[in-house]
Amino acid sequence: MARKHLTGEFFMNGDIACAEGAISAGCRFFAGYPITPATEIAERMAERMPEVGGTFIQMEDEIASMAAILGASWAGAKSMTATSGPGFSLMMENIGLGIMMEAPCVVTDVQRAGPSTGLPTLVAQGDMMQARWGSHGCYSIIALSPSSAQEMYELTIRAFNLSEKYRLPVLLMADEAVAHMTEKVTIPPPEEIELYTRRKPDVPPQKYLPYLPGADLVPAMAIAGEGYGFHTTGLTHDEKGYPVMTAEEQEKLIRRLVEKIEVNKDDIIEYEEQGTEDAEVVVCSYGVSARISKFAVERARQEGIKAGMLKLVTVWPFPEGRIKRLAKKVKAFVVPEINCGQISLEVERCAGGAAKTIPVPHMGGSVHHPDTILDAIRKAAR
Amino acid sequence: MSRINLNHKHPMDAYLRTDRIPHIWCPGCGIGTVLEVFLTGLLKSGLALDKVVIVSGIGCTGRVAGYIKLDSFHTTHGRALPFATGLKLANPELKVVVFSGDGDLFSIGGNHFIHAARRNVDMTVLCVNNFTYGMTGGQAAPTTPLTARSTTSPYGNYEQPFNIPYLAAASGAVYVARWTAVHVRRLETSITEALLKKGFSLVEAISPCPTVYGRMNRQPTGLDHMKYYRENSIIKHDADPREVDIEQNGKIIVGKFVDIERPTFSDIQAQVLGKTFGAEAVATGAKRK
Ligand SMILES: Cc1ncc(C[n+]2csc(CCOP(=O)(O)OP(=O)(O)O)c2C)c(N)n1
Ligand code: SF4
Ligand SMILES: [Mg+2]
Repeated sequence: MARKHLTGEFFMNGDIACAEGAISAGCRFFAGYPITPATEIAERMAERMPEVGGTFIQMEDEIASMAAILGASWAGAKSMTATSGPGFSLMMENIGLGIMMEAPCVVTDVQRAGPSTGLPTLVAQGDMMQARWGSHGCYSIIALSPSSAQEMYELTIRAFNLSEKYRLPVLLMADEAVAHMTEKVTIPPPEEIELYTRRKPDVPPQKYLPYLPGADLVPAMAIAGEGYGFHTTGLTHDEKGYPVMTAEEQEKLIRRLVEKIEVNKDDIIEYEEQGTEDAEVVVCSYGVSARISKFAVERARQEGIKAGMLKLVTVWPFPEGRIKRLAKKVKAFVVPEINCGQISLEVERCAGGAAKTIPVPHMGGSVHHPDTILDAIRKAAR
Repeated sequence: MSRINLNHKHPMDAYLRTDRIPHIWCPGCGIGTVLEVFLTGLLKSGLALDKVVIVSGIGCTGRVAGYIKLDSFHTTHGRALPFATGLKLANPELKVVVFSGDGDLFSIGGNHFIHAARRNVDMTVLCVNNFTYGMTGGQAAPTTPLTARSTTSPYGNYEQPFNIPYLAAASGAVYVARWTAVHVRRLETSITEALLKKGFSLVEAISPCPTVYGRMNRQPTGLDHMKYYRENSIIKHDADPREVDIEQNGKIIVGKFVDIERPTFSDIQAQVLGKTFGAEAVATGAKRK
């Protein structure tokens, strides 16, 4: 008998947990192209999609995979692709199309060390700024960062919910360490999982304006084949979805695309804190680096240093407000990440000089040694 | 002589986004002709229009998606086919039509084309071949005949072009036809046949681009192109696709070249998955949600 939704406790790696999260979220279309360390997601989906009545297709490349999940999204399916740096680069073009057409879907990037082919099998977090700005033009994005197999499962569901709610491709910015880490994953029964599905038009086709925003700045979405006869384009467009090549329409559309994230950021932004009430030094980290940071913070506490932890769950939009408030009362932020310092720049910008920002860069291939982070905390506390 | 009444309704108005007219195409351009022929062929097919979706890439031809009053998608340059693949596989009830230019489908989208044909995903591709990149001002395309001039082959093209029907046939298309903008009736018949054909069908419509291609190749008006097509086309059904290359100032072989049966992606998928999950579980197509 085919397995539908899994429920219970499992020992699985982050990639598999991501695939199961997608299935729990209602994903029924997966298109992908093999790449380490994300291949297991595609392999799991190849096995699981037919079991749950969905479609799996291995496309000819990542450009095609991204285009296919947008098409599937417009056919009404919850859709996903998964890749790593080289494929993520290829997806940028159609991530932009997804932003412009406002097509819900999920893209998982299991980060490995780059640039280029880099270290194909080893960890990094070097695509964080690419996630934010990688497609050309100006836009806002949602990106989440899991730091355990359990979070690979849960945040994949959250990524689908956010994508359906705000109508855009949502990025799950995983890393090789978390994706290949095998640990306990608890999958609740389906009825306990909260799911969100895109708002459909509540007017007849003649009255439907595909890009008329609702109160939350998100338009209702018709799907292909239901008689709405709508048009959608990657060109700058008006509420009818028709191309309008003017600065005014550009101003209106792009402002809305950015503001639909901005005005809903309290619903989107998630982070976890530990010991920040009295902290003098706050370690701000995400993904696998947050796990190691947590260990370093505990050690610092044992040494009597007032250290705290701010773990980013949502990385984009950036929790600017929280950093600003913390900056007023802490001495310094320590930002360990497996890149040359991408999120630390954001922390520094938000801290605005009120507190110091100490990056702890690491070029990738391995995770930080906790002592490296601990040393940075010690220096910051001095 | 009666004057032209601009308020006359066009017979295809019901299927066009008339609120977007005037369109962007130049006088004498063939895209409008191909569009009208497509709509006529579509109506003749009897397909339920609510289920027909149009997907275009980027280019002058790509703008077609914005003028047809059906669910229509104007995607990115070259990516219409994989986008269309996602639409079709996520809802097999849709009749998916990709309507795009030669540069879009065979240069930047060439890889997607051969793979979509190989998979035999059930869809119809209508390619307007004007031998150039019209939208960007007449650069060489992978269809530009040898020695033809373009803004990026100012001394004459020295790249061997693709023979589109041969590429399509070799990649696995089950229906391949080529006509020019002069052959409106035959083109219409091929479009209807292609739409009703199960599997990956391709219709190539050779079409005037007087503004940029014609101007550089001694055919400065649409009429020059049409005369040329009329005088130089040779109808040869079932011609071997290997032998339908197009040469500058040469003959154009047109006709239906391929019309074969081959199981589609979804047929084979259902067959293979049926072995594990039972025919019932996979046979329902659209119900697989
Ligand atoms: C990635 C990308 N590269 C280049 C372009 C610029 N561009 C727009 S249309 C086009 C060529 C279109 O040629 P074709 O598909 O033959 O359409 P036509 O205009 O001739 O109908 C190009 C190169 C683009 N839009 N996107
Ligand atoms: S540039 Fe050429 S292809 Fe484009 S609209 Fe003008 S005539 Fe047609
Ligand atoms: Mg062209």
